[in-house]
Amino acid sequence: MSLQQLASQIQDTFSTGVVKVVEWRGELAVTVTRDRLHEVAQYLHDDPAMDFDYIVHVSSVDWPDDDERFEVVYEFYSIKKRQRIRLKTRAPESDCIVDSLTDLWKGADFMEREVYDMMGIRFRNHPDLRRILMPDDYTEGYPLRKDFPLRGKGWRDTFEFLDETAR
Amino acid sequence: MAFEDQRTTVYKVDPAHPESETLPTLRTEELLLNMGPQHPSTHGVLKVILELEGERLVKSTPVLGFLHRGVEKLAEDGTYHQFIPHTDRLDYVCAMYNNFAYCRAVEKLMNITVPDRAEYLRTIVAEVQRIIGHQFWLGTQALDIGAMTVFFYCFRDREILLDWFDELCGARLTTSWYRIGGVERDFTASLLDKLKQFLDYFPPKIDEYVVFLEKNRIWVARTKGVAVISAEDAVSFGLSGPTLRGSGVDYDLRKAEPYSAYPKCEFSVPLGKNGDTYDRYWIRVQELYESVKIIRQCLEQMQDGPIMADVPSVTMPPKERVFTNLESMIQHFKLFSQGFNAPPGEIYCGTEAHKGELGFYIVSTGGGKPYRLKIRAPSFIHMGAFDYMSRGYMIADAITLFGTYDIVMGECDR
Repeated sequence: MSLQQLASQIQDTFSTGVVKVVEWRGELAVTVTRDRLHEVAQYLHDDPAMDFDYIVHVSSVDWPDDDERFEVVYEFYSIKKRQRIRLKTRAPESDCIVDSLTDLWKGADFMEREVYDMMGIRFRNHPDLRRILMPDDYTEGYPLRKDFPLRGKGWRDTFEFLDETAR
Repeated sequence: MAFEDQRTTVYKVDPAHPESETLPTLRTEELLLNMGPQHPSTHGVLKVILELEGERLVKSTPVLGFLHRGVEKLAEDGTYHQFIPHTDRLDYVCAMYNNFAYCRAVEKLMNITVPDRAEYLRTIVAEVQRIIGHQFWLGTQALDIGAMTVFFYCFRDREILLDWFDELCGARLTTSWYRIGGVERDFTASLLDKLKQFLDYFPPKIDEYVVFLEKNRIWVARTKGVAVISAEDAVSFGLSGPTLRGSGVDYDLRKAEPYSAYPKCEFSVPLGKNGDTYDRYWIRVQELYESVKIIRQCLEQMQDGPIMADVPSVTMPPKERVFTNLESMIQHFKLFSQGFNAPPGEIYCGTEAHKGELGFYIVSTGGGKPYRLKIRAPSFIHMGAFDYMSRGYMIADAITLFGTYDIVMGECDR
């Protein structure tokens, strides 16, 4: 199945849920609304014409200027059909929670935990949503958000200045 | 860290033996045991909280992040070229393959075609790196299980290749030899000689490793039928590399999405049957033979030619020209101060490293720095299946499980 066929088949099946379909550099990215995410994912996983049985990665992107600030990115692969697809959805900052896909792909467990840890996006029905790379008691925010400072929080500036030349 | 869960030991009656309630001496006890982060067999700073019933694992909870350095955040602060040395520190045992995977991803974003000779050089070095990775894995896995001799044999031969890397790029581990659009420098005659000598020397040595292990009752008993995972589960967990192929799933990116010089070489992808630790070991040993085959074919087919793509807006000018030619120097300065202008868009590019699928997901909004860079690290994803694969086995099998994933914490925690 070519990427255009795949895209049109998904668009035909979900006439209301699909927001945007982008094909670039030989890859297909489908953006869906948040409430249809699980439904579309289930279709991609279960339908014999799709058969995306392999989860590649779960990622997230922060777009601070947009209304729906956070983007969750899932990448799937079909081992039988040798095809890739990227499924994306958006969530606003005030209610940044999306449905977990751990019931479809077991590997989504750790990957979603990483997204939660790094970006602060919560996943509904996730069995064990805890921090994974940062310490459990870390309260200073989510490191990969764009408003998290890249070069520390400034406390290094309070260090006493040692004048090496004065010696 | 939260310490409460580790302090409390859960005392409860075994539901299978309700009579134990009346006999206080027979009370069973579920014990929590912290393995790591300083345990020598956890391959770095990994901690796993084991819930034990006697010596059997009831549940294991990996605690990751001791080596988290925020590499993905660092990537957002530097140009595309500047991130190459950071990739060395992901899987620090196999830096070349990380460079390769990253450069391939950026080339896909920039739509650059790499010249033929560079592709062959890349494939040869990548396969040499695969041999090093598998030797390292075999040595440490055997050592964890108690076969010390194999460790010395593997590391003796690994040393030859590390010295070869040293001659190639001046570093044994943190290599940074790959460049976006090509490679940093060509092979010299001495390097080619040494590599050919190694190819003749190495295959009998693999047979030697194998004799030590396959005739060893302890090795066989501790690997056969241990940590079995079915093909469906392995796919559902997103396992990749030998860990996935051990369960018989035919998924190797070198074949599924051929890249570099791999489509021009003939090689087979060994597949396991039982999905146990022994099959995964067998696959890695077979891959050593296949790597030697691939390198031989590449050396035969390789022709003279440029080693860098001719895209001056992206690729670095040769070092000699930077010092002698004004335009090249300006170009060099611009590339290192501003970086090149990437088109807005997003790509994912996976590469078959020796551990599994190492992927880079890059989001660009234009400009010289990636807007977001996500690393799909096989070690991290393999740890997701740790609990599932360890249940019901003994504590000692947990050690073989770390080994069978070929886990490196630098990549797992990033």
